Amino acid sequence: MSIATARRPAPPAGPAATGRGHPLAGTGTLLRFSLRRDRVRLPVWIAALYLTTVSTVSGFSGQYGTAEDRAELADTLSGPAGLAMSGPEHYLDGGYDYGAMTGHQLIGFMGVAVGLMSVLTVVRHSRTEEETGRAELLRASVVGRHAHLAAALAVAALANLALGLLLAGTLAGLGMAGVTGAGSLLYGATSLGIGLSFAAIAAVTVQITPFSRGASGLALTAVGTAYALRAVGDVGPDALSWLSPIGWAQRCYVYVDDRWWPLGLHLLLVLGCCAAALALSARRDVGAGLRPPRPGRPAASTALSRPAGFAFRLQRGVLAGFAAGALLFSLMYGSILGEAEDLLQDNEELRRLVEELGGDLVESFASVAMSVLAILVACHVVMATLRPRAEESAGRAEPVLATGLSRTRWLGSHLAVALAGGTALMLLAGFGFGASGAASADDGALLWKLPLSSLAYAPALWVTAGVAVALYGWFPRATAAAWVVPAYAFFTVYLGELIALPDWLSDLSPVGHVPQVPAADLAWTPLLVMTALAAALIWLGLAGFRRRDLESK
Amino acid sequence: MTKASNAGTSPGPGSPESPGNAGETGDPGDAISVSGLVKTFGRTRALDGLDLRVARGEVHGFLGPNGAGKSTTLRVLLGLLRADSGTARVLGGDPWHDAVELHRRLAYVPGDVELWPNLTGGEAVDLLGRLRGGLDGSRRADLVERFGLDPTKKGRTYSKGNRQKVAIVAALASHAELLLLDEPTSGLDPLMEVVFQDVIDEAKAEGRTVLLSSHILAQVEKLCDRVSIVRLGRVVQSGTLSEMRHLTRTTIEAETSRPAGTLAGLPGVHDLRAEGSHVHLTVDGGSLDEAIRALSALGLRSLVSHPPTLEELMLRHYGDELGEERGNHQAHASPTTPGNRGGRAPRSEAAR
Repeated sequence: MSIATARRPAPPAGPAATGRGHPLAGTGTLLRFSLRRDRVRLPVWIAALYLTTVSTVSGFSGQYGTAEDRAELADTLSGPAGLAMSGPEHYLDGGYDYGAMTGHQLIGFMGVAVGLMSVLTVVRHSRTEEETGRAELLRASVVGRHAHLAAALAVAALANLALGLLLAGTLAGLGMAGVTGAGSLLYGATSLGIGLSFAAIAAVTVQITPFSRGASGLALTAVGTAYALRAVGDVGPDALSWLSPIGWAQRCYVYVDDRWWPLGLHLLLVLGCCAAALALSARRDVGAGLRPPRPGRPAASTALSRPAGFAFRLQRGVLAGFAAGALLFSLMYGSILGEAEDLLQDNEELRRLVEELGGDLVESFASVAMSVLAILVACHVVMATLRPRAEESAGRAEPVLATGLSRTRWLGSHLAVALAGGTALMLLAGFGFGASGAASADDGALLWKLPLSSLAYAPALWVTAGVAVALYGWFPRATAAAWVVPAYAFFTVYLGELIALPDWLSDLSPVGHVPQVPAADLAWTPLLVMTALAAALIWLGLAGFRRRDLESK
Repeated sequence: MTKASNAGTSPGPGSPESPGNAGETGDPGDAISVSGLVKTFGRTRALDGLDLRVARGEVHGFLGPNGAGKSTTLRVLLGLLRADSGTARVLGGDPWHDAVELHRRLAYVPGDVELWPNLTGGEAVDLLGRLRGGLDGSRRADLVERFGLDPTKKGRTYSKGNRQKVAIVAALASHAELLLLDEPTSGLDPLMEVVFQDVIDEAKAEGRTVLLSSHILAQVEKLCDRVSIVRLGRVVQSGTLSEMRHLTRTTIEAETSRPAGTLAGLPGVHDLRAEGSHVHLTVDGGSLDEAIRALSALGLRSLVSHPPTLEELMLRHYGDELGEERGNHQAHASPTTPGNRGGRAPRSEAAR
């Protein structure tokens, strides 16, 4: 390499080629730099999404090999729980072949995962860079005003493009009935459309708040809302699904009708968000948000000076965000509980199935919805438990732990926020679900039944916190692995039934051990076992943290 | 503190402590006594048998360049890091086992203060002070005013110097008997540097002990009673400034009526440069008398002598490293590895 550069005469340093005054100057360099920084991270994301999709689709032929199997699955999925977890009913109308199954069941799941990847990528390369001050260093060289944002969007776009092409190519090559070449191309395009939409939404949220945590929080709320809107819209009023980028993708009716025009909505959203992001970014200073910082209290309140109050203060913003999300989700899920009744009237087959199971259709839908809510809350639990890690690596833990505060109490305070906050969020979701469910299903008993059954999920949340704190105590650099718990729970709840995951595999997820209340009876044994496990993991984590060196910045 | 007094054991295996060197590690009245401290991070040996003694009530300067092991030592003294071997006693207690009890009696200012972006500076001061076990309200108000700190601003809007002020105010508004300061004034402007020196003088007058890690030599010269110079994880010299100066050469510039080239033969005279009537030389402390007599015999017209500055003391310990590093870069492509750095005997061993 050095030979090549030595031979070539150095290009004249100057603005001629790049255009020094251009707001996008330096974008190419930043893009290559960002891709290099993500040379492990993005391939892992893409490989995980690609393998999950391809293995699920190719597993269909083993699991649902006969037309009867598929017809039975279609019947099950035509219930409200099925529709909320998969997609709109129109996919079920024709013969439910492998293509229709793919379009129906995978786009919603993929939408959330691709949205997560896009949001985290854009925030990482834009607001995080500004917050740490690295952007300032680069902006002081020949780098244009919009270069960081453009490079961040380009990284996300390239990742999504790679994933879309891989999916389109591989699915078309599977040669399964109904999984056509044209449909596969559209499937890849919907993945790209969803990914670009959330990348563009993140480009706007990074302009609003000066904190990367807040920016990803806002954008991920958009992802969650998009998923919830389509879930509610697919069961109830169709118009709601049309408010969601995931809903648009599902309404391309991939492999069924193969319509391309809903992708135009994605394009419009992307263009609109990018224009808004550029306009907002031109109005603000580097490192600043849209609102100027306001002065605060000159002295600390009594509550702040206690360890638990301090931990709560640091975490209350995230907690409030999750509370709003949990309430929104639960109200939406509750509002379609009533539809469950109506669907039951229409569907003879389904009613027979439910009666065979000995359950109640409303309650079985409620259990599925509750698992989804529990996974949302588990994300909060992981974030809250790992907050000490962020404090430690930012160097803020050091002065605090040099005071009379012991390590156990410091970590314990954050853990208390995670455990109590997670339980309270779950209860809040139960209340929201119960209140709006009781109204829509016209069943007053749900008002107390659903909040009570939401509490059955608390031990699973505590185990999640236990896993995170054990990692933190012993392997502080591997704490990101704690995210596997909610991710795996989402995977098993969403796809576990569909691909008939062996019991022992779904048993690996704590959520899988929660009795399916209110549909099933409350079993105490798993709850007590999980509580004991959580206590053991927490003890282990605290013991590890007391023994290890504090990592300095 | 009963626990502190009987838990005086080594934090790790291989402790070199024995009853024989108890006298060397000092009397129990020492605020800090450290001997043979070793701490490794992977293959890097950050502390390599460090000894340090800080008497109660003194302001002790802890000098050394970046990466010499100053911050690591302070973190061990705070119980944030666990030493691999060696002993450390802080205020009579074990810094690892008695961390929390000790922390109530000491205050710490890190060199790079990070604040919570959504807490104000005033909140951070109170938080750190109260978690330690309370802070003095009037002292806090006084310090906030003297340092010109705006306590209503949010953490992320402070500049580097203002973040340092938050930590300094939080530490000094307490009644802590020991102050551990790790390059506390980095980023402070010269005016605030003066305020800081006043504040430290007051702390000393109150009988508090200060361990001041710094590489601002003027600050150390002004504030410190005793100084320890650390290099590659060891203290290579420790003592009062005058003791250290005695061990070092005095610089002399003189004008003589007859050329002074003959002085080159005298024992203890170094770096002789004679140009006409002007002569520059350095003399070992013990040979000063003889050298002055010889100069006087040559017809002394003017004489300027100055004791070694702290900078010269430092360069004495690091000068060879600078030279060697330069040599290494020419001779080998690879930088010095931790292994042979640890094995190289510091030059001061000979001086001692």
